Amino acid sequence: MNILRLLLSSLLIIPLTTMAQDDLMDMLEKEAGETTVPAVATFKSTRIINGQSVETMKRNHLDFRISHRFGRLNSGAYELFGLDQAVMRMGFEYGITDDLMIGIGRSGEQKAYDFFGKYKLIKQATGARQVPISVTLFGSSVIRTQRSFVPGEIFAFEDKLTYTGQLLIARKFSESLSLQITPTYLYRNRPELPGDQRLLLALGIGGRLKVSRRVSINAEYFYAFRDNTTNLPYYNSLALGVDIETGGHVFQLHFTNSLGMIEKQFIGETTGSWGKGDVHYGFNISRTFSLDKKKKMVKN
Amino acid sequence: MDINKLERSIGILLTFLIFTGQSAWAQSTLYATSAGQTSFFSKTPVEDIKAVNKKTQVILNTTSGEIAVRMNMRDFDFPNELMEEHFNENYMESAKYPTSTFKGKVDQDIDLTKNGTYNLTASGTFTIHGKSQNRTLKGDITVKGGEILINSEFNVSLSDHSIDVPKIVFVKIAQNIQVKSSYSMVPYKQ
Repeated sequence: MNILRLLLSSLLIIPLTTMAQDDLMDMLEKEAGETTVPAVATFKSTRIINGQSVETMKRNHLDFRISHRFGRLNSGAYELFGLDQAVMRMGFEYGITDDLMIGIGRSGEQKAYDFFGKYKLIKQATGARQVPISVTLFGSSVIRTQRSFVPGEIFAFEDKLTYTGQLLIARKFSESLSLQITPTYLYRNRPELPGDQRLLLALGIGGRLKVSRRVSINAEYFYAFRDNTTNLPYYNSLALGVDIETGGHVFQLHFTNSLGMIEKQFIGETTGSWGKGDVHYGFNISRTFSLDKKKKMVKN
Repeated sequence: MDINKLERSIGILLTFLIFTGQSAWAQSTLYATSAGQTSFFSKTPVEDIKAVNKKTQVILNTTSGEIAVRMNMRDFDFPNELMEEHFNENYMESAKYPTSTFKGKVDQDIDLTKNGTYNLTASGTFTIHGKSQNRTLKGDITVKGGEILINSEFNVSLSDHSIDVPKIVFVKIAQNIQVKSSYSMVPYKQ
């Protein structure tokens, strides 16, 4: 009987004690429940290449961004394949909340100042609450301050203004593949060339494919729905590039037929043709600063 | 026949006693928190990398000395959001390995029902980035009133857990990351 009792007790206690560790972990897992996991880093940067991505700056973070586009590759060895010339855009971008950001920039091309805002309307998520896509709204206005080449001609203030509205719709299909479509509304109070329309609608498509954990290949194309296609020297914008991420920076290196780096210019006024070799090498570099004092003082 | 019956009923009684006894006993000696703080720190020449997770789950069985710790890697809060994104995307691969855990047992035989501060070690399985290591972690435990506080400091080696540091990073990241944890636990109610 004693043996029986011992056997019984040991049989009962052994599985209980050996299971107990897993039980504790199971209890924690049960307690945690299923959470909603938002899709982070659909794109590495707030730009896919030239155009905006669904990403915004996080709250209290300031981004200083410098972009360059060099001259055309087909300008030959004398111009060092375009490297002798460069246009630049400098900009600051700031996150007011995690979903709302504002930005300001200045382009050498057309001496243009751009002001924009971006708001994350819908955020892709999995888990407890499933959302298949992310949608971000983008709006900008541009003041072109370059003087007329025609002596004596002075532009009225309204004539210098251009407006852009975009719906950025993206889905992160997997850790490596993200795609975005970008319906675009572009309104120029005074188009650059006579005969061009004031209102230009366009559709952008872009994406990124991660080839390693820190490098991705990006592509972007904007189709402009232009009425007058015969007399204007404009082409649709196509850009191909790579994103390289190094700790706190993202470097974007690319080739594009567009010289401008703001919507009005690359969607509406691209004069280069890939077919003729009118391709510009370019890069975007950004550095993000956290201005969040409270969070900086994280205790160890 | 009678003896057989007696044995069987004793057996049933024993089973009953062990089961009910075990569960009643287990309930009364569990301490837990879901707001434990785990932080890490790494010094680099350019800027210090530090982050804190304030949603660490911990449960301790004061009778058996068993302990379980679990945290979501996405709950680590960095001063710089871009760093946080890179931590989850590139280093920890949080989509693939969402949690880090420690599942172990206190090595010393300490009566955790008595008030006081005790130095101790806990041995068990430490899992980060999907890679498990057997570790013995040092710490101290303070029992005061109805609360138990655990403090612990230890290093995590990146290579032990197959965490790659990119070659193109200009800033050198130390191989060993210093981790501190502070868990204040109260009796667990189910």
